[in-house]
Amino acid sequence: MIDPLAGEVERVFREEYGRLIASLVRRFGDIDIAQDAAGEALVAALEKWPGSGVPPNPGGWLTMTAGNRAIDRIRREQKRDEKHQAAAMMYDPTPHDSLGAFESAGDERLRLIFTCCHPALAPEARIALTLRLLGGLTVAEIASAFLVQETTMAQRITRAKAKIKAARIPYRIPEPEDLPGRVDTVLAVLLLVFNEGYLSSADGEPIRAELTGEAIRLARILHELMPQNMEVTGLLALLLLTESRREARVRNGELVPLGDQDRAGWDRDLIVEGQALVRQCLAANRPGRYQILAAINAVHTDARSAADTDWAQVAALYDQLTAIDPSPIVALNRAVAVAELDGPDVALAIVDRLPLESYHAWHATRAELLRRLGRTGEAMEAYDAALAATGNAAERAYLSRRRGELVIR
Amino acid sequence: MTQYMLTVHDDTESVGKIPPEQMQQMFEDVEKFNTKLRETGAWVFAGGLMPAETATVVDGTGTAPVFSDGPYLETKEHIGGFWVVEAADLDAALELAAEGSKACQGKVEVRPFQAEPPADA
Repeated sequence: MIDPLAGEVERVFREEYGRLIASLVRRFGDIDIAQDAAGEALVAALEKWPGSGVPPNPGGWLTMTAGNRAIDRIRREQKRDEKHQAAAMMYDPTPHDSLGAFESAGDERLRLIFTCCHPALAPEARIALTLRLLGGLTVAEIASAFLVQETTMAQRITRAKAKIKAARIPYRIPEPEDLPGRVDTVLAVLLLVFNEGYLSSADGEPIRAELTGEAIRLARILHELMPQNMEVTGLLALLLLTESRREARVRNGELVPLGDQDRAGWDRDLIVEGQALVRQCLAANRPGRYQILAAINAVHTDARSAADTDWAQVAALYDQLTAIDPSPIVALNRAVAVAELDGPDVALAIVDRLPLESYHAWHATRAELLRRLGRTGEAMEAYDAALAATGNAAERAYLSRRRGELVIR
Repeated sequence: MTQYMLTVHDDTESVGKIPPEQMQQMFEDVEKFNTKLRETGAWVFAGGLMPAETATVVDGTGTAPVFSDGPYLETKEHIGGFWVVEAADLDAALELAAEGSKACQGKVEVRPFQAEPPADA
């Protein structure tokens, strides 16, 4: 029988992982040392906690244990090769006792995210490193999220870590004059981390609240540093408004689409906070991608019932977004609003032209539109294709039920 | 501090077609950039190379060395010049590379040097 506490240890470990790695990197200047020490602390916790129980401050326990293990290792290696070890340390220019703007927010994870999202790294390596080091996802989970082989993903992460070390990609918050450009890559990564938590691609938990929570936490700190950057404000608003629907979004293990959700179950505090941020964006009048996405979510959270949704407003916002980002995924989302305004046939004509055949949401959207048009046989095939393209258990449950409701005559 | 090599890659076909006044501007800008590198202490070494068709390939791995007409790589883009600079980290090196790229009007590749092995090894 599996010890129920082992699962609890793994859960705590994952929750604390980003904080643990960030503080170890700050202290020891090396990502590999940090990861090895964190791994050893996990093994120690798995041995100790089942007997003694989870300590009152598990994060502190893990940090202390991992720190001790790292010191042991560094002592061993320093004896072997002292100078080389010092040369391989990550560059960290700020004295550890000085408090920068971020340190006052008490967070080392933000330094780490700027390192992980450095423009000198390949875009796919940035998100992988962020998920691995800050989100605590396993290489296997990240590989499945990217639809690549685990060995490929492991190589990608190893290569990125080697580049950080060899090229001396710094472990710090960028200079104020470089910050706006560097922030864009961080925002893109934070949204991807959030999305991975909000609709987990792995076949475990359908929603990974620690990932959505982590993305929001990092977005909040970024917003605190750059209250004038409206795209940061927009991203935070987008994440909060999306997160507000989390409880209502999966019930009894099944995904509940926006129109069917119990709106009384939405988190009002998050909605109030998110909508206030959207109003700030509107007042600043410097629209950008994340601000528009946030505004679309604000339209939905404004509607008392699905029938009250201001679809014309949603479509207009998607038009604005298309002007900035004419991608097929934006066109697919816009088509959902078009279906409400102009009917499912008009929407289907748009959707059918989009080159998104490997994307589960494209198949799911087609299935619903075909169903509304009474084209039952084609709808069934589209549900099958959507089921084949998603590993998320809650989405599969929803799609299976919808498919099962269809009657072939 | 780490040393970085900033290499400029020239397109051999277009490099001869640059009008003289543009060439003159380039020389002046590069000289200004070099002076800045010296004054800030980032300078280690720099140089411009003669065209790639002046290269000779030497293979000394066999019993007797073999000499042949170069260049070694069959490509249109060859290294036209380079800087070796000292920088605190990659961000500092990238900032220098951006200035160098503007001055020489070409793309610059940034690569870190290997750390020097310990003196007593």
